[in-house]
Amino acid sequence: MLTETSLTPAARAWLDGVLGTDAWEAAFTSAGRHVGRAAADAVRVALLRAAGADAATAARLYRHGDAAERRAVLRALPHLPVGADALPLVEDALRTNDPRLIAAAVGPYAARHLDQHLWRHAVLKCVFTDVPVTEVAGLADRADPELARMLTDFAAERTAAGRPVPADVRHALALSPPPAPAPEA
Amino acid sequence: MRIFDPHIHMTSRTTDDYERMRAAGVAAVVEPSFWLGQPRTSTASFLDYFDSLLGWEPYRAAQYGIAHHCTLALNPKEANDPRCTPVLQELPRYLEKDNVVAVGEIGYDSLTPAEDDALAAQLELAARHGLPALVHTPHRDKAAGLERTLSVLAESELPPERVVLDHLNETTVDRAADSGCWMAFSVYPDTKMDERRTVEVLRRLGLDRMLVNSAADWGRSDPLKTRRVADAMLAAGFTDDDVDRVLWRNPVEFYGQSGRLELDGREQPESFEGNSILRGAPAGR
Repeated sequence: MLTETSLTPAARAWLDGVLGTDAWEAAFTSAGRHVGRAAADAVRVALLRAAGADAATAARLYRHGDAAERRAVLRALPHLPVGADALPLVEDALRTNDPRLIAAAVGPYAARHLDQHLWRHAVLKCVFTDVPVTEVAGLADRADPELARMLTDFAAERTAAGRPVPADVRHALALSPPPAPAPEA
Repeated sequence: MRIFDPHIHMTSRTTDDYERMRAAGVAAVVEPSFWLGQPRTSTASFLDYFDSLLGWEPYRAAQYGIAHHCTLALNPKEANDPRCTPVLQELPRYLEKDNVVAVGEIGYDSLTPAEDDALAAQLELAARHGLPALVHTPHRDKAAGLERTLSVLAESELPPERVVLDHLNETTVDRAADSGCWMAFSVYPDTKMDERRTVEVLRRLGLDRMLVNSAADWGRSDPLKTRRVADAMLAAGFTDDDVDRVLWRNPVEFYGQSGRLELDGREQPESFEGNSILRGAPAGR
């Protein structure tokens, strides 16, 4: 479950001691102090998965969490039995201005459940806040002519202001079907 | 020069301040929770504020290469408002967060029974959560307030070396020194302490357990006062190592007692001057 992360033997022993026990919620909060902050994301996701956290639990841990805990809840969503009920957490994260949360919010869970309007705005917000569009799950599958129009308008606005257009705009546009032609005047 | 401001309210400051602080050498700050000038009317108002100190503010600070930690508490002034005191029930879960390095600001404002209760309860929370405590001494009736603070501290489980008494001045520092607590000076443009008087106290009492902060907030205050004190220390004949001790190693030692201070290599002077933590910002002077 933690193949992407190498834990020290002490950190691994701590994790084994709390996985699947009643202590997992407290461990979810204090994980950074036991396994190091670099590994804390993956460990928190592992704790949520092992507990099979439902939507109410995920919402409570998100609401009670600091930025790192919230990020871990968002990253765990695709692996939890929450259906579409955790969407309010994704929408909350997308209202922030914190790129760590925005990046965690545009993963596979959003690709599967977020409605098309909010999803397009999430992509645009990534471009706005320098979150790499490679973080957006399912970009090629969900990109549509309306997203292409929004990105093209954004690029035009930047160009008009004499400011550079982020390279990610071109990357996202390349994956999007072209905007529908404007109606004849 | 590396500077750790152990008490500053960055929520009230702009990104220009962060930029100037970093250029002056500030590489780490601790932001204590306090009142907002405008009284709060509910617990929820505290929770949004605590969340901000654990989320948005560290992110803002990191953009300028500054490590941000916080201390959380029900502040002395709002401990008198029954609409606010229920936040004490919410504090335990917040005191488990990685970025919380002390309970604070606690202490006295008007020396009321409600403040007695909040102070004692929160000292107990600090002991239970393995955290030191940042104790504010009152602006009015300061000497009497300090005595009352020390008697509550004596009855608590928290040992003096895990307590800092803040906003001290010439009339209260000797009593604080005798208590075994850490001593902190808030250096302000007009009120509290100034650079010259702070350097005099350091000269008279030495550098042990001494902290200097700007306590900059939404009032007339200056986030660069830590640097001004460092400069005044050097002008008065203190060495670079003395300055590093008061303005870096002492706050690292005090808040380090929490076991939660993460300075990402800033604790090493050589990496502090390197580019790794500056993230493209101009090098500090």
